Amino acid sequence: MVVSTEPAPTRKQQPQTIEREEITVRFAGDSGDGMQLAGTQLTNTSAIFGNDVSTFPDFPAEIRAPAGTLAGVSGYQLNFGARKLRTAGDRVNALIAMNPAALKINVADLEQGGILVVNEDAFSAGNLQKAGYATNPLDDGSLKHYQLFRVPIDKLNAEACAETGLTGRAAGRCKNFYALGITYWLFGRSMEPTLRWINDKFGSKPAVAEANSRALRAGYYFGETTEMFPVRFLVSPAKLSPGRYRKVTGNEALAMGLITAAKLAEKPLFYGTYPITPASDILHELSRHKNFDVRTFQAEDEIAAITAVVGAAYAGAFAVTGTSGPGMALKQEAIGLAIMTELPMVIINVQRGGPSTGLPTKTEQADLFQAVLGRNGESPLCVLAAATPADCFTMGIEAFRIATEFMTPVVLLSDGYLANGAEPWLIPDPAKLPKIRVKHPTESNSGNGFLPYKRDAKLAREWAIPGTPGLEHRVGGLEKRDVTGDVCYEADNHHHMVCTRRRKIDNIADTILPLEVYGDPAGELLVLGWGSTYGPITSAVDKCRERGLKVSSAHLRYIDPMPKNTGDVLRRFKKVLIPEMNLGQLLTVIRAKYLVDAIGLNKVQGKPFMIREIEEKIEELLGKSNGRNA
Amino acid sequence: MSTQTTVQLTAKDYGSDQDVRWCPGCGDYSILAQVKKVMAAIGAKRETTVFVSGIGCSSRFPYYMSTYGFHSIHGRAPAVATGVKSTNPELDVWVATGDGDALSIGGNHFLHAVRRNVNMKILMFNNQIYGLTKGQYSPTSPLGKKTKSTPVGSVDYPLHPISVAIGAEATFVARSIDVNVKHLEYVLERASKHKGTAFVEIYQNCNIFNDLCFEYATAKETKDDTTVYLEHGKPLIFGKDRKKGIRLHGMDPEIVELGGDIKEDDLLFHDERQAEPSLAYLLSRMHHPEFPEPMGVFRAVERLTYEDMLTGQVRDAVQSKGAGKLAELYDDGETWVVN
Repeated sequence: MVVSTEPAPTRKQQPQTIEREEITVRFAGDSGDGMQLAGTQLTNTSAIFGNDVSTFPDFPAEIRAPAGTLAGVSGYQLNFGARKLRTAGDRVNALIAMNPAALKINVADLEQGGILVVNEDAFSAGNLQKAGYATNPLDDGSLKHYQLFRVPIDKLNAEACAETGLTGRAAGRCKNFYALGITYWLFGRSMEPTLRWINDKFGSKPAVAEANSRALRAGYYFGETTEMFPVRFLVSPAKLSPGRYRKVTGNEALAMGLITAAKLAEKPLFYGTYPITPASDILHELSRHKNFDVRTFQAEDEIAAITAVVGAAYAGAFAVTGTSGPGMALKQEAIGLAIMTELPMVIINVQRGGPSTGLPTKTEQADLFQAVLGRNGESPLCVLAAATPADCFTMGIEAFRIATEFMTPVVLLSDGYLANGAEPWLIPDPAKLPKIRVKHPTESNSGNGFLPYKRDAKLAREWAIPGTPGLEHRVGGLEKRDVTGDVCYEADNHHHMVCTRRRKIDNIADTILPLEVYGDPAGELLVLGWGSTYGPITSAVDKCRERGLKVSSAHLRYIDPMPKNTGDVLRRFKKVLIPEMNLGQLLTVIRAKYLVDAIGLNKVQGKPFMIREIEEKIEELLGKSNGRNA
Repeated sequence: MSTQTTVQLTAKDYGSDQDVRWCPGCGDYSILAQVKKVMAAIGAKRETTVFVSGIGCSSRFPYYMSTYGFHSIHGRAPAVATGVKSTNPELDVWVATGDGDALSIGGNHFLHAVRRNVNMKILMFNNQIYGLTKGQYSPTSPLGKKTKSTPVGSVDYPLHPISVAIGAEATFVARSIDVNVKHLEYVLERASKHKGTAFVEIYQNCNIFNDLCFEYATAKETKDDTTVYLEHGKPLIFGKDRKKGIRLHGMDPEIVELGGDIKEDDLLFHDERQAEPSLAYLLSRMHHPEFPEPMGVFRAVERLTYEDMLTGQVRDAVQSKGAGKLAELYDDGETWVVN
């Protein structure tokens, strides 16, 4: 079949157009096939079109596992809709599978009757064998419950790129754009944003730009011309709050939040870190913005990263370290030092599957204990958790606000799902962001030399920085006498200091928003969440409430201290359900703190909750009729 | 900074009001005294001087200075100091550390601070023992060393701190001894003036757990034959009557008697400014009892510092892109408007 790259003649039979509220698409192929890029492009285009979007990239830890193997399959799922979306979608409506391995791993998530576009050319005997197929699934009837579209993508893509002068191998790299073109036709997307992107990206390599553009167009016109596809889908723009938007991943939003906080406080931003998945993109992003006085330090190890941050905080920078679970474990002793020296800093943990090296590219929420309790001695600090990718921006600023106001390290928890997942972000007006006021004393706070541990009403000490005459003082990890900061091992003083450090963290609760209840303020069942479960929990509660079930939700963005009304909120409901991607860490804290017999819903599979998993638990807890509104 | 200190400070002014808690007779007292003297000599400002330490006897050092100070955690002082220096390159940052702190638990940070050439002075008090934990062998203890944790002798080969520092691309490397106060003062002053990481190994006697371990280099009867003092551009001569010298035989040093056929010009001449560190490394391999141990500055070369390059990149970015504006940061990438 020869396909022209020119606008195609109209087909005899026009496709039927079906309107949908939302569509979930997944691209799957080898980790070198450019699936992340294809997914990102469809996401951007849909966002620019006005849909709400939510994405879930899912890729292996290996950069290029052997081609065609199950281990090397990389996937990118996106959900775009005409309404507010909070997850990347439970069931896949359309799957693009570039080879047998990608099909094998992903087809189970495709809805019955869903669209399945496969690159037929990749279904060779060798690839089938690598994927563990005894017979070709395209022929053996095993895919009969799906709408199967066999497209010879390799061949058609090669033809589309034939006259660009690229080698066959180089042209082959354009096939993700060919597949993308098919989806653009299927979902009525404009090719313009991606064509613009291709020209920006490959401007210096005209042949590559031309080939990718041709591949995209050829894929689009394939959908247009052939009568293979009987339907297209229309998803109207969503009704989002007015304003200007861009798409952000959690890591991008967090990097911008940190830069914003430093800028608002007129401080240099010092980011000390050691590369680790899935946190490294924060470093990459920050290192692009040195003109904001961002100083990035790629340390020799996780311990150097945090201790350099401690030093930077002592010297007066807005100091931040970012890591993931294994790195967090290495940093704990130094975090204890930060607690003892009462210095302001932010410690980001982009959680991933553990323990040990665990599942580096997969998401999990099993570091809550590590954040709250992970050090020797009584070592309280402030723990925050972002709820959505865009919320990483807000919480990055909030973390710094608390750190400086209370002179304490603040742990900010994100996770792999938030870090790599994307959503539209309503761009704020910088002029309307609250200023962060940081004060460094220039005068001594006593007639008899500077007292480093003299505290204000909130129990915060002063942030006196080296370079200031007359305020010379020593800090360190040894227990110290309150007020003077002199080394002190006295029994009563130690007890007093332990309590003071705890009370200081508790005082943060005076400055945070109360826990908000989504839905009725009291009732049968409250679903309590933290971190990235916000999306599936809120969506599940919405769906259940639409069906008349008496269920509400609340989301903790402050883990330590918790909002002051948390206990009251919990006690207003007969049952409390806590879904977590761990074995019940928030559950344990809630039970211990509020003596509420909360129920856990626990999933530790390296992937986020599906909406329906939470819905099912809600239904189970409310019973068939119990809890339904009269 | 509001006020400018113009009064000439004396060594005493650099001491804090804290009681010094080292054991009586400890070599650390002498090091503290010489550091204070050097502070006065160079006119250091207390408000811009920061002492950072890790854990161990040596690491109590910051408490005894009236400057800014940070007693951090075991082995991490060079990393803490890197953070301080990256934030405010104007500060004079000194690290007080020991053989265990710098070369065992903190070996990694030591290597990397040195190779980055962060402008800090690292004073390593080497007593070849763990003192604060009451007497276990350290990474610089000789093979076979009998200690509480090695009752029949250690089976670890020791590290040689100067060799390690040179291997890590150090730009300034020196050695001195606690009791040789004049020389120690000289070396510390040299270190203070170096722009870049200055590493100083100080032989320090632990009179409780490893007494007299450097006696060969300090005792009146032996010290002239067991040490050789390095001077830039001068031949390596030592011995009570300054009759012995070090000559190169192929790639190896050898001890020769001066007089007769052998003249000073035949000896190895010290060149601390050699770009290649091979000579400095060769000197660092001269150990007692086979050789006199070199004292003084092994190596002193210039190279851009870490913090200058770090802040230089920020300056360049501001120059080329303008000081960052948040609105532009947010607008990076494609945006769209919802009405």
